[in-house]
Amino acid sequence: MRLRRFTEPVFESLIKISGYSTGFIVLLIVIFLFKEGISFFNLSPVDEGSSLWVHNSNPVKKLTAPQIKDIFDQKITNWKALGGNDQPISLCTLDELGEAFTEEQLGAKFERLPACIDSYIDSLPGTIGFFPDKQTANALKNAQPVQVDKVSFSKFISGTEWFPTSRPAASMGVMPLLLGTLLVSFFAILFALPLGLAAAVYLAEIADERVRRILKPVIELLAGIPSVVYGFFGLVVIVPLVQSTFNLPVGETALAGSIVLAIMALPTIITVSEDALRTTPRAMKEASLALGASQWQTIRKVVVPYAASGITAAAILGIGRAIGETMAALMVTGNSAIMPRSLLQPVRTIPATIAAELGEAPFGGLHFKALFALGCILFIITLIINFLVERVSAKRVR
Amino acid sequence: MTFPESNLRRKKLGQALMFGLARAISYGIVAILLLILFFIVKQGIGVVNWRFLTAMPENGMTQGGIFPAIVGTLYLVAGSMLFAFPVGVMAGIYVNEYAKEGPVKRFVKMMTNNLAGVPSIIFGLFGMALFVNELNFGASILAGSLTLGLLALPIVIRTTEEALKSVDDTFRQASYALGGSKLYTVRKVVLPIALPNILTGLILAVGRVSGETAPILFTVAAYFLPKLPGSVFDQCMALPYHLYVISTSGTQIEASRPMAYGTAFVLVVIVLIVNILATLLRNYFGKKVKMN
Repeated sequence: MRLRRFTEPVFESLIKISGYSTGFIVLLIVIFLFKEGISFFNLSPVDEGSSLWVHNSNPVKKLTAPQIKDIFDQKITNWKALGGNDQPISLCTLDELGEAFTEEQLGAKFERLPACIDSYIDSLPGTIGFFPDKQTANALKNAQPVQVDKVSFSKFISGTEWFPTSRPAASMGVMPLLLGTLLVSFFAILFALPLGLAAAVYLAEIADERVRRILKPVIELLAGIPSVVYGFFGLVVIVPLVQSTFNLPVGETALAGSIVLAIMALPTIITVSEDALRTTPRAMKEASLALGASQWQTIRKVVVPYAASGITAAAILGIGRAIGETMAALMVTGNSAIMPRSLLQPVRTIPATIAAELGEAPFGGLHFKALFALGCILFIITLIINFLVERVSAKRVR
Repeated sequence: MTFPESNLRRKKLGQALMFGLARAISYGIVAILLLILFFIVKQGIGVVNWRFLTAMPENGMTQGGIFPAIVGTLYLVAGSMLFAFPVGVMAGIYVNEYAKEGPVKRFVKMMTNNLAGVPSIIFGLFGMALFVNELNFGASILAGSLTLGLLALPIVIRTTEEALKSVDDTFRQASYALGGSKLYTVRKVVLPIALPNILTGLILAVGRVSGETAPILFTVAAYFLPKLPGSVFDQCMALPYHLYVISTSGTQIEASRPMAYGTAFVLVVIVLIVNILATLLRNYFGKKVKMN
């Protein structure tokens, strides 16, 4: 008895602590996600420890990350395109220096490298150079460093290019990924909602109890199939199907993703909206029938409107699932981070990007942090969706 | 007011049409879902035999078995439940038995819902940041189990809460009347009655955890390991990750297709077993409690 007086408070406080655990975990997730995600901003997109240099006479002193990418991809070949003088752009990295100068000129330990760079850039005023700071020691006489815009929130959100590993400067714009995610999810729900709703109406209002007892467990069972299995099924069945139907070079497209995610969203949509349909009071249905309405008219004019908020909740929940779905999206959408133009081209979603790239991103680097920033965006979308579902469901209770 | 005969008939015809459509769609959906299951089973069943389940992968994972992936998934499931089950059950007890109606209880329930809605890849990011890096567990069974445990927590909490809610209040009152304390009542009266339903939740959580891929990508999963993990600080292979890698990456995707079908089959069978077990448990004990 005395022992119990001692152990009971211990157990009860353990219970209380466990009760708060989910709140604590959500808080931890927010802290860790946003700590990394926010530190992404105000970093320079240029490789750490390296700088870009142009000749002193060059009026272009500032470049953006996409411009730098275009320069080094040789899509922009004249400074005029960047608001500078009409002279061709030539690229200079350590490789070019190695060809232009002998080992003797560079020095055994590259100690004369800055001087060589200086003379190289002076001889070709259209040069843009990219060197590690260690080699230039920030002491070039004929050249000055190019200022590169830091990664900013607005550029991250509105940027239309996602080349996180491109050198010398990475472009990280979230638009292609965000639009890809929304496109795939939107069409997934567009496919799944009418079908799911019809099935929910059938199960709740039309089917015999006997039929319902068989169909419902099957649908619930399929909610438990792992997403990687759906992804695999999509890969071996849906993708070739899409490819041959539309005669495409590759079947891994936004459409394939939408179809697979629609199949995955069906169980959620059906069970949640069926539950909502079943809350319609019997008296309301009978009143409608008594007024001479057919069963179908009753469903259309009484049952479905009564359950509207529950059905909305089901739709939002389904969209949330589709937006957050990782493995299936990763396996069937083709993973090409370009601005989506049609359903029949490869796209890449935000979760798929994180899953595909985090393993290769150097720990703590720019790319790593950018992926955490993507996680923050995804997390915020999830919170909004949870909030909406709660608001919509609360309306129903009232 | 009279209804013209043709109007009535149109009404009936319209109803028959819509009902037929709704039925066709419902059966169609169930057929598609069953077709997926059937496809995986048909393609996979020929691959699965004793050797497939107990041998190491061979020849760049195009032959041999998936034994290390099965073992890894078992470790991860056990590890995650070791964390999620006690914490989740206690949290469920807190929400249903201890917390008073009010803002605190609403907040706790809201946070549980929020956690349940967090996409699995976010758990992966978080697990990597906290367990792998901050706490320095490295990519390990420990880090992966804890990450999966966090994901399973809301499932266990919700089912425990539901299970406790369904225990009739008269049981509690009887215990109090006999001088039982709150904790004693929960422990000796409420929990035993709710146990079957709580176990159902545990089983469903096991099903969910065994198929999750995204949370283990960066916290534990290994592409290929020549031997089984020796401690909780080792990496391990896992079934869902194995299916992912052999079906999407590597140079021998076509050659490893049979292995992929076999792995998908094993995953589907796990889900089937879990669901059947949960249903049986619910039905069996559900009756027993009612009879008392």
